[in-house]
Amino acid sequence: MIDEAIQKEKVEKVKMETTKTSGESMKLVIPRAEAEMSNVAQKTKMKIEGVCAWFGDKQALFDVNMNVHEKEVTAIIGPSGCGKSTLIRCFNRMHETVPTARFAGDIMLEDKSIFDPRIDPVVVRRRIGMVFQKPTPFPTLSIYENVIVGLKLNGVRDKKVLDQAVESSLRKAALWEEVKDSLYKPGAALSGGQQQRLCIARALAVELEVLLMDEPCSALDPISTSKVEELIHELRQNYTIVIVTHNMQQAARVSQKTAFMLSGKLIEYDATEKVFTNPSNKLTEDYITGRFG
Amino acid sequence: MFVINYQTQRSFTNKLMVFLCGLAAVIAFVPLVSLLVYVVSQGYQQFKPAFFFNLPQAVGVPGGGMANAILGTLTLILIASVVGLPIGIFAGVYLAEFGKKGKFAWLVRFVADVLSGVPSIVTGIVAYTVIVKPMGNFSALAGGCALGFMMIPIVTRTTEELVKLIPHSLREASWALGIPQWKTVLSIVIRTAKNGILTGVLLSIARVAGETAPLLFTSFNNQFWPRTINEPTASLTVQVYTYAISPFDDWRQQAWTGALVLLLIVLAVNVFAKMFFKTGRGVLR
Amino acid sequence: MNVLNEQDSVVNGGAVKPALPFFLFGKFKEVGFGDKLFRGITGFFAFLILVLALLTFLALWVNSGPCLKAMGWKFLISSEWDPIKEHFGAVPFVYGTLVSSFLALLIATPLGLGISLFLTELAPLNLRTPVAFIVDILAAIPSVVYGLWGMFVLAPIMQAYVNPVMVKLIGGPFFVTTSIGLSFFTAGVILSIMILPTIIVISREVFEAVPNVYRESAKALGATDWETIQLSVLKPSKPGVVGAIMLGLGRALGETMAVTMVIGNMAQVTPNLLAPGHSMASVIANEFTEATGDVYLAALSEIGLLLMVITLVLNIAAHLLVWFTTRNYGRA
Repeated sequence: MIDEAIQKEKVEKVKMETTKTSGESMKLVIPRAEAEMSNVAQKTKMKIEGVCAWFGDKQALFDVNMNVHEKEVTAIIGPSGCGKSTLIRCFNRMHETVPTARFAGDIMLEDKSIFDPRIDPVVVRRRIGMVFQKPTPFPTLSIYENVIVGLKLNGVRDKKVLDQAVESSLRKAALWEEVKDSLYKPGAALSGGQQQRLCIARALAVELEVLLMDEPCSALDPISTSKVEELIHELRQNYTIVIVTHNMQQAARVSQKTAFMLSGKLIEYDATEKVFTNPSNKLTEDYITGRFG
Repeated sequence: MFVINYQTQRSFTNKLMVFLCGLAAVIAFVPLVSLLVYVVSQGYQQFKPAFFFNLPQAVGVPGGGMANAILGTLTLILIASVVGLPIGIFAGVYLAEFGKKGKFAWLVRFVADVLSGVPSIVTGIVAYTVIVKPMGNFSALAGGCALGFMMIPIVTRTTEELVKLIPHSLREASWALGIPQWKTVLSIVIRTAKNGILTGVLLSIARVAGETAPLLFTSFNNQFWPRTINEPTASLTVQVYTYAISPFDDWRQQAWTGALVLLLIVLAVNVFAKMFFKTGRGVLR
Repeated sequence: MNVLNEQDSVVNGGAVKPALPFFLFGKFKEVGFGDKLFRGITGFFAFLILVLALLTFLALWVNSGPCLKAMGWKFLISSEWDPIKEHFGAVPFVYGTLVSSFLALLIATPLGLGISLFLTELAPLNLRTPVAFIVDILAAIPSVVYGLWGMFVLAPIMQAYVNPVMVKLIGGPFFVTTSIGLSFFTAGVILSIMILPTIIVISREVFEAVPNVYRESAKALGATDWETIQLSVLKPSKPGVVGAIMLGLGRALGETMAVTMVIGNMAQVTPNLLAPGHSMASVIANEFTEATGDVYLAALSEIGLLLMVITLVLNIAAHLLVWFTTRNYGRA
């Protein structure tokens, strides 16, 4: 159920240095990659083909095409309202939960369409999980109960299995040491950063393969933010991560691939280093250098 | 194998619960439809001019109507408005303008909410004690007061909610011009909120027009035209009740018509009030 | 000439909040006479509401005087209602009110919550408006019209179709066949229709206070619609839902006309729900104008007092619960 084995990769870790600049500086700091990406042909985890999305009559996404690679962090950046949240909400079929939503195109998870009529969206969401901008531990549940929510929904009742799952998920989310003595305290009693890591642990506890993160750090203070970013680094070894962020520095820090979106269209999608140092599209360059957005 | 079965069970439970909730909505629909069908089909038979213009006649005598009852209801609503509206609106304004903090405002709000839950028949007893007993006779005044008492909590709360909706920036702009607060509230704030306040007033009138219990021993009933407010007065609701429990078919038939008229009035005022609120809402922006 | 200081406009409209509860006192140096008068007048009207509440209590208490003296505590435990002997016991009426109201709750709660969830969580958008509209109409229908329909349509239908089924399914001592459809049971059914809007409206308020993110979090974990509702909406809303139910109960307890027209108006205490009964509100409605003698009238007033106290306590508790739930989400 939960795969704990760590697969050895041939990729050397990319060491990224970011010089901390204070606040409003427009100058973007570029990460210096010390190693290249893996020589191994990258396996495509998700294929996004011709995706269009509407809210009622208003079209939010226009023919987006991209491939998300396995065990990699893909960042989606762009100004407010460009459709990045809408896009990842299509990835786990959350878009259709909005009453007036419409969708066209296809999304494949390892060569199988997630929109196959034989598949229950519930099943899709177990493999593709999501963490939201505002940390949402269920307020009436304890930390322990929060983590196992997904498991309980799937009928797991064995206490030993649950205990094990709680510990391993909280360890993976780098929260175990902080909460191991207060597992039965309410989930809402934690700090913002801890709550968000709890939500990540909760998502990891089910048989997750892809983790979608919708601006996970925007409600957090800088220290919690850096903790979560460290976590993303570690998680990358085992999970595929797609993160939406309006913070370009964050995208540069954590991701290997970056997608730039504007007004519902995918403008550019390439290796992070390339997008930030030598973008192919003028619009991307304008955004990166702060001419708008 | 086990997992697959559990998943189908989950899916089934989900579908079942969704279905049951939808079924609940349908079940609620049924008595309403039945009621409307009966009131309309039975009430329609006597729905003639005679009903609206004639006084009640003795059993068996044709051409009886409920004209005095309709007039009586209107009279009672008028008196109720005179009693209830000033208190309700001004109290609501007080709560909205001065009532953000402080024990007094909290107490008034709390009491108003609690008063709106008092059974209407109890309010009738209060009006009886305060007006009928000292004056020695049933009267439209007493009935109107009972209804007015019922209107007060409703109007207070709706007025408060609506005046509070007016953005503070409007008031500040007015003060910056040197206009004192009392003028600001009276001419600017209330004028802006008047649609909403009117809606609250209309809704409370609709509620009160349908009341019977408090009138049974305040305004009582009367077979003739109302002449003064200090005498027993007929009302549509009491008349419908009296005829309904009578053993005469002729009267029972008229009860249905009375119910139809009552329903039409109440629903019309309700719909009008809500529409009015929707169209007038733009002003609040 | 009113000169308003800059600070005054920020501090609650030029009037500095006094520490004392009395609205007429306090620091009014900076405020003009017009404002003082305005505040005084509107405050006076607000005060009248407190007067009204006090008046309600007093009127009932004073009116009940003769009966309180004559019967004392026996009023609450006696089942005998004899105007001639001037012996009054409230038990049959309290029994009838409670039985019919709880029956109404039993029927209306699952229905009401189901419809409420349907409206807030499950229904496609184009169905929500018509259903909400139907609920509004149900709430607006006058009590006497419900009573009329209840007498001539519901009661015969109950007697012909529903009662025999109940007798077969459950039987004695709760369901023993009687000759007419006017009964505790019919009263309970009609009350359930009448309190449905109350339960729906309040529980809707409570459900809609749940921030949407929680629903999405549950969905994102792979929960089905119903599981999402259980997890993110129902669980944290429990106190508020209880409050909604209590308010519905409060409404049922005080309902007069519809009940008196279908309950049969016979003062008796019996476990048979198909038997005719009486209620506190209906006995007042029926006998107030016929009451001869001070004690008789006082007895009826005392029933009114009892009714008011019960509904008051219930309403206060309910409001506190609903208020407590809807504001709790602001913190989380």
